[in-house]
Amino acid sequence: MTVAAAARTESAWAALKEVLDPEVPALSVVDLGLVREVIEHDDGLEIVLTPTYSGCPATEVITRSVLDAIDAAGLGPARVTMRRAPAWSSDWISAEGGRKLLEYGIAPPGPVLVDGAVPIRIVGRRQAAVPCPRCGSARTERLSAFGSTACKSLHRCLDCREPFEHFKPI
Amino acid sequence: MSSSIKIPATPELHYLLRLSDTCLILGQRLGEWCGHAPILEEDIALSNMALDLIGQSRALLTLAGQRSGEGYDEDQLAFLRDEIDYRNPTLAELPRGDFAFTVLRNVILSTWLKLMWERLHDSSDAELAAIAGKALKEARYHQQHAADWAVRLGDGTDESRRRCEAALATLWLYTPELFEDDAVDAAATAAGLGPAWSQLREPWLAEISEILGEATLAIPGEAAFRSSGKRGLHSEHMGYLLVEMQYLQRSYPGGAW
Repeated sequence: MTVAAAARTESAWAALKEVLDPEVPALSVVDLGLVREVIEHDDGLEIVLTPTYSGCPATEVITRSVLDAIDAAGLGPARVTMRRAPAWSSDWISAEGGRKLLEYGIAPPGPVLVDGAVPIRIVGRRQAAVPCPRCGSARTERLSAFGSTACKSLHRCLDCREPFEHFKPI
Repeated sequence: MSSSIKIPATPELHYLLRLSDTCLILGQRLGEWCGHAPILEEDIALSNMALDLIGQSRALLTLAGQRSGEGYDEDQLAFLRDEIDYRNPTLAELPRGDFAFTVLRNVILSTWLKLMWERLHDSSDAELAAIAGKALKEARYHQQHAADWAVRLGDGTDESRRRCEAALATLWLYTPELFEDDAVDAAATAAGLGPAWSQLREPWLAEISEILGEATLAIPGEAAFRSSGKRGLHSEHMGYLLVEMQYLQRSYPGGAW
């Protein structure tokens, strides 16, 4: 890679760090681990994204915002390609992303438990308590397995009584 | 554009369509609950699951369009086929019924889909394997949610139990179709595309037995009836579903927003 190309991809990463997720606007697409690669080609930049959920309605908006940001930074032409494998994991959210989620009032995901042969648990299943993002109490309960977007569930703190969202570990 | 498209009769394409249409049609049925579920949390849950299913179906239909050699896109395949060219098993298209019916159908189909995605993750088709890797995570979550509700309702009040038993008696009639093989399965296994559907039967029954056991619901006996949606011969409910689903693209060809 030439020096100019390296500088260009670096600038692209910097521009992408400013592209906020439309559904969790506290985090950038880089914080979320959606941007997998920025590749310099002869005919322009290729931004490789991995979508979070199959049905995530934000995917199209994100693609457009990414291209707009590259244009605004004067780094075009560019194109976005989708890479499905390996599937996106909440483990890809950066440490900084986790902090931003917490500040925004969303409990960040814990580590994804051993992927693969996790049996369904019906008997005696205990949800690990998600700490309240507001007061830090571990005395919380899950209200709903599904939340306002595909990536979140809904919880309530039993101490400060505030409801809050939790980014699901997947 | 609003006239129907025809699907080449290749077994590999039919294998993909059987799966894409299961997701599409079940997603359409779950979407019908939006604004009608018994509690707000479930309204959100069913709409969320519908979104996942439709997202999975979009990926599969795009792939099927590429493999068809006809250049069809996901929208054409979703909205412009005639009934006989939809290949979902009949179970997916049955009317949504009451909440117990929807929960138990989700138990049956999310377990089946989870096992299917696990196996398709090793498909010789890299794109299909990638779609499966993503969908598997979602199907696991759906299955856990459906199982939780099955236990709550089956081992619940007299009324919830009565409704579960009635739902299961109907749903069970349509389950043999999920495990019967034909030339499509033979071609898919030969090509390494994915498992023959019969291979899912044993692990499916083991997981279903565990869930229904905990829900204190008995597994119904096997009936002689066989449904045939995956060969394009659907129940009387399918036409009504398609009329609603296809209306916009048929009336406003190529409409986008």
